[in-house]
Amino acid sequence: MVPANRRGFHFDNCKRNELLESKGSITAKFTKTGTTIVGLIYKDGVILGADTRATEGPIVADKNCEKLHRLTENMYCAGAGTAADTEYTTNMIASKLELHRLNTNRQPRVVTAASMLSQHLFQYQGHIGANLILGGYDINGPQLISVMPHGSTDKLPYMTLGSGMLAAMAVFETKWKPNMERDDAIALVTEAVSAGIFNDLGSGSNVDVVVITKDRTDYLRNHSKPNQRVPKQTSYKYPPGSVSVIRKEVRYHSNANQSPAAVVPEVVMSES
Amino acid sequence: MSITQYNGSAIVAMTGKNCVVIGCDKRLGQQALTVDMNFEKVFRVKDKLYVGLPGLATDVQTLHDRIRYRVNMYDLEEERAIQPDNLAHMISNMLYQKRFGPYFCEPIIAGLTEKDEPYIMGMDLIGCLSSAPDFIVGGTASDNLYGMCEALWEPDLGPDDLFRSASQALLNAVDRDAMSGWGAVVHVITPEKTETYHLQGRQD
Repeated sequence: MVPANRRGFHFDNCKRNELLESKGSITAKFTKTGTTIVGLIYKDGVILGADTRATEGPIVADKNCEKLHRLTENMYCAGAGTAADTEYTTNMIASKLELHRLNTNRQPRVVTAASMLSQHLFQYQGHIGANLILGGYDINGPQLISVMPHGSTDKLPYMTLGSGMLAAMAVFETKWKPNMERDDAIALVTEAVSAGIFNDLGSGSNVDVVVITKDRTDYLRNHSKPNQRVPKQTSYKYPPGSVSVIRKEVRYHSNANQSPAAVVPEVVMSES
Repeated sequence: MSITQYNGSAIVAMTGKNCVVIGCDKRLGQQALTVDMNFEKVFRVKDKLYVGLPGLATDVQTLHDRIRYRVNMYDLEEERAIQPDNLAHMISNMLYQKRFGPYFCEPIIAGLTEKDEPYIMGMDLIGCLSSAPDFIVGGTASDNLYGMCEALWEPDLGPDDLFRSASQALLNAVDRDAMSGWGAVVHVITPEKTETYHLQGRQD
C-alpha cells in the first residue's frame, strides 16, 4: 500500500485506466469552468471579473461557483479551464507566496507569482488545464498578466480569457481607454463579463469582481446578479404514504438524549 | 460508453430545515447485465455524516476503504469528530492527488455541521468541489435527477416532506435510467437521529 502522506501526484491508477481506455471506454468528463474571465488596468489599480457558471459537458454543474482566487492580500487570480486545476494550482501558489512573504518579510510581487505559475504549468507541459489572469498591485504599480496552460505569459493593459473571451473582448475593444475612473472601470468589467454570460453558453449566472488598489483590495462577490431565479409558482409536495417503504431503521445519535441502543429496525410495509 | 457508466448508479442529496437526506439506488451491473440488486453506494462516516460514491464500483469500494482509513486516522490524530467540510476537502485532496490517473467516482457528501446546519457538497472525479444551497446529484441517472430535483425541491422542507421529495425524485429518475434502479436506500439525517428507509422500486 502506498503511504497516504506521499507528496505530489500519484500515478498508480494510470496503467489500469490506460487498459480501460484501450478496451473502448471513454474516460469521464471533468468539471470545466466554461467561463468568461476578464481583467483591466485603470487609473488607481487593477480589476478582475468573472462569471459564476461551472459546466460538466452540457450540464450546468454549479450555478454560483467562485472563479476569482485569492493569492495574497495584493493579488488575485481569475481561472478558466479545468476547474480542479485552477483551484489547486492557485491554492498551491497562494501557500508558496505566503511562505515567501514570511521568509523575505516583504510584500510578494506580481512577477513572482507569474513566474511561479508559469514554471509550474510549463513543468506539466500543458496537462494541467489552467488558463489564468493574474492581477495585482505591488511596488511596480498595477499589473495584469495572463498565464496559459503550457506556461506562456502575456502582459497587457486589458485582457479576456475562457470560452466567452470573444464576447468580452468585443466590449473591451470598443470601450476601454487608459486611466479610467474606478466606477467606470467596474462598470466596464461588469459589462464585459455580462456579454460573456449572455452570449456564450459556457458562461452564466452572476458577475464577481475584485478591485485591487495600492492599499486596499475589495472583493465584490456577486456584484451583479442578472439571472435571479423567480420563486416557483407551484409546490410539488407528495402526500404522506406516497412512498412505499420495505424496511426502516432508526439510529439515534450518541450526543442526543436518546436510548443508546443504536439501531432499531422496524418493519413496515408502507410509510406510516 | 464512458467507464463511469459501466456499473450504473444514482445518488441524490438534498437539504431541508435542520435536516439533510442522501439516497442511492441499489443496482450493480456489468453494462446491461444486472449482477447485484443490493449494492449500496451511500456509506456512513459518522452519526451525522454520510458519503455517496457514484461511479465505477471497483473505485467506489477502494475509495470507501481509503476514506474510512483516513477518517479513522483523523480521529486518532485530532481527537475530535471530523466535520463535513473537513471530509469534503480530505476526499477532494485524495482525488486530486490522482489527477493524471483518477478514480472514476464523483463523491457526494451530506451531513449536519457542529451547529446542526445542513451541509451538502459534490465534486468531480478529480476533486473539484461544488456546493449548492439545494441539492447535489450524481451517477448515470444524474441528468434525470437534475430534472426531478429542480421540480420537487423547495426551501425549508421538514424531514418527512424532504424524505418524500428526495425519494420520489430518486425513484422516478432511476425508472427512466436503464443503468440504475432495483430499489433505493434513503437516509434522513436530523440532529437527534438518522432514519434509513429501504424503498420499494421497479425490478426491471
